[in-house]
Amino acid sequence: MPWSQRFGLNGRGLVVLLPYLWLLLFFLVPFVIVLKISFADVELAIPPYTSLLQWDAKNELSIKLNFSNYAFLFTNELYFKALLNSLKVALISTLICLLIGYPMAYGIARAKPATRNIMLLLVILPFWTSLLLRVYAWIGLLKANGVINNVLMALGLIHEPLAMLYTPFAMYVGIVYSYLPFLILPLYANLEKMDWQLLEAAEDLGCRPWQAFYKVTLPLSRNGILAGSMLVFIPAVGEFVIPALLGGPNALMIGRILWDEFFSNRAWPVASAVAILLLLLLVPFMMWYQSIQARESAGAK
Amino acid sequence: MNQRRSVFLISCVAFGFAFLYIPILSMVVFSFNASKLVTVWDTANSPTLKWYHSLLNNEEILDAAWISLKVAVINASGSVILGTLAGFGLSRFTNFRGRFMLNAMATAPLVMPEVITGLSLLLLFVALEQLIGWPAGRGITTMTLSHMTFSMAYVTVVVQSRLATFDTALEEAAMDLGARPLKVFFVITLPIIFPAILSGWLLAFTLSWDDLVISSFTSGPGSSTLPMVVFSKVRLGVSPEVNVLATLTIGVVTLIIVGVSFWMARSNRTSRAT
Repeated sequence: MPWSQRFGLNGRGLVVLLPYLWLLLFFLVPFVIVLKISFADVELAIPPYTSLLQWDAKNELSIKLNFSNYAFLFTNELYFKALLNSLKVALISTLICLLIGYPMAYGIARAKPATRNIMLLLVILPFWTSLLLRVYAWIGLLKANGVINNVLMALGLIHEPLAMLYTPFAMYVGIVYSYLPFLILPLYANLEKMDWQLLEAAEDLGCRPWQAFYKVTLPLSRNGILAGSMLVFIPAVGEFVIPALLGGPNALMIGRILWDEFFSNRAWPVASAVAILLLLLLVPFMMWYQSIQARESAGAK
Repeated sequence: MNQRRSVFLISCVAFGFAFLYIPILSMVVFSFNASKLVTVWDTANSPTLKWYHSLLNNEEILDAAWISLKVAVINASGSVILGTLAGFGLSRFTNFRGRFMLNAMATAPLVMPEVITGLSLLLLFVALEQLIGWPAGRGITTMTLSHMTFSMAYVTVVVQSRLATFDTALEEAAMDLGARPLKVFFVITLPIIFPAILSGWLLAFTLSWDDLVISSFTSGPGSSTLPMVVFSKVRLGVSPEVNVLATLTIGVVTLIIVGVSFWMARSNRTSRAT
């Protein structure tokens, strides 16, 4: 290991020190503060500054007050429903993304190199275009006098506009649309490495194409499926923009509740408690994602 | 049998691309529509550039775009430095104390819901201000610091995966010939991973330019970014100016992406030829 020997511990330390300290201060410490504030009293938190000062001053008192925010969350049906609904929406959206994204990733991986590069570019391009603007595009498509209703009415298929915008349907469309590239790219990276001769071998041995797919391709692309699904599922659970713009007032999503608690109700401790619960829920999935990534890069070497 | 399968596959891929591109194309088309209703085509007066004209005279949007640009450029440059250091450390130093921790902290922001990151950073800034008086108030500084924290994660991943595929023998050879580690990094490593650093910069710029949620938490009065202004407009429904903005964004992104991929394909070919 020439690097470790010649660089010495000091040089190495310096290289990693800056990003390490940065992430410690701006990524890890903030969670500790969120945790602290989630145990603070709601009353004290209406103006942000006094909340922390007063809370600091009566450190002992706060320990007695502390679980009230969590008790509030657990006794109030709204939060539980929102959490369940967020999980449901994220799970269904992930499955739809897989249904649309898997054949696409597969098709791109099996295309000729020149076409493949163009298709990859076409998948990456929306990913670089603002999420907000792409979600906005769906308002124009789905609203009462929007493009889809206008086309359907012009064709005579419907006589009055369908109510699509501000429904759960619009929210699913928005989430699937926005997160699809996140699923296709890792899946493609995985499928691209596959040895296609295995498929031919399976067919030579008498497998029908669907059987060969089910028995060979699908198990081999397991890590790609899982990695892509995590990239859709985890952020979708906490999604705010899409439910706020497409879901209408009844779209109960936990990310939106957190936002409203914070910005509309100015209930910082409650928002912090929601954040902690959401985080606890998602950490196992994040760890799962990391172990898949570690397995993938170990496989690549 | 093969033929039938490929017809099925081609229609799936075609459906997928139509799904990805119809919304984008609809924004481009309707940006030229004269009607204020946006999606109802005004045949008599369209196509027109009048909304382009009105966007370019909209002070609120231009001010917000200027703030977004400043934040995005500083963010991209800062997170490229942090991300390259982290990516380099993670891929070249296989065991040091805290490697696991660094790896976890550098990849977690990729999947962390934005509302959590935004809230936690805001509470950090409030606490820091009370503790040491810095950063005073919230605005461009706090937004940039927040953006750098999640952007560097993306740069780290890009740089790390580039370093994983490149031959360490080149670095070892340079060191055997007597180059100091720092010189090896600047003369050998940096030029080879430069395309990855460039993509990292562009990615960090875009992430910052597009960010709504984390900016909303960490911005202050008078420092609304472009996505924040767009969001408040769009909440009230469609707006012809937003279509124009989308069309311009798509145009610029397409030019840059296509340009960079051509440049990378060419430099790949030349580096393989030599």
